[in-house]
Amino acid sequence: MRKVEVVTDIMSANDQIAQENAAALQSHRILAVNLMASPGAGKTSLILQTARALDGRLRLGVIEGDVASRIDADKVAAAGIPVVQINTGGACHLDAPMIRQALRALPLDEIDVLIVENVGNLICPVEFRLGETLRVMIASVPEGHDKPYKYPGIFTAVEAVVINKMDLAPYVDFDLDALREAIRGMNPRAEIFEVSCRTGEGIDRWADWLWTQWQAHRSAK
Amino acid sequence: MHELPVTEQILKVVLDHARKAEAHRVVHVNLVIGDLTTFVDESIQFYFDFLSRGTEAEGAALHIRRIPARVRCHACGGEFAPDGVDWRCPHCGGLGGEVLAGRESYIESIEVE
Repeated sequence: MRKVEVVTDIMSANDQIAQENAAALQSHRILAVNLMASPGAGKTSLILQTARALDGRLRLGVIEGDVASRIDADKVAAAGIPVVQINTGGACHLDAPMIRQALRALPLDEIDVLIVENVGNLICPVEFRLGETLRVMIASVPEGHDKPYKYPGIFTAVEAVVINKMDLAPYVDFDLDALREAIRGMNPRAEIFEVSCRTGEGIDRWADWLWTQWQAHRSAK
Repeated sequence: MHELPVTEQILKVVLDHARKAEAHRVVHVNLVIGDLTTFVDESIQFYFDFLSRGTEAEGAALHIRRIPARVRCHACGGEFAPDGVDWRCPHCGGLGGEVLAGRESYIESIEVE
């Protein structure tokens, strides 16, 4: 028996295609956001609010990932945003080849910020890079403040955490300071936004941050 | 359930290297996986057994070396290993810090005949 050195990342096949996606997006000067969260945390609502807040400043494009249905894509299309629906047919996450396919169906010259709504899941999407510029997650108030400790993979991986459904905070057992402390502890560099997609509270600060990120991305080589 | 596509990728890398080395059988596969990743050892072995049937890697044993999470406290700079859900620094009581280790996921080597 002999030993053969390999030292190859488990995700290298996916990561290779993710890099090609990133290059294609960069050539169109598109900032791509991989938006991850539990089912029902408010991913589609955040996309719609973001489009409203950035209207006139940045042109959005959306890739919707769901196990089945076009429900989310229809909502986004109704708002006049270019959108492609991916149905994973059971898979619990999006991967780089799916995004490569979806990019062919989008008018890339007419998009400044592409938001990829991942399949609702706090576990599997983390391991699959898509070619995104930023990874953002939503943690919604009813999910509770202890989630960072239960899902360290996602909370340590993202560039920003959007705490959604802040309007529900008075009605549920939720400790905002504890959640903020946990996120800061596990991922000190992550930006934290407190928003309510229902009332619009906090959306402007989040949209301004995206705008700043887009400007930085655009001027980067 | 994402271990299925992940294991497909592992098997592909293993077979590529085995064929390059002109091996006719893969006996051991040595993986390194950090505790902060979301991979489940038993699932990977289960899918590997299933996917490798009829290939040079059929019957190979996976050996997964787990890398514990390691964090540098951003309050005092001391290093520590978070204990499950407890991310408090044992040196100063600060919460969490920069992740130094625990996110690894690679195929280190294979042993072939």
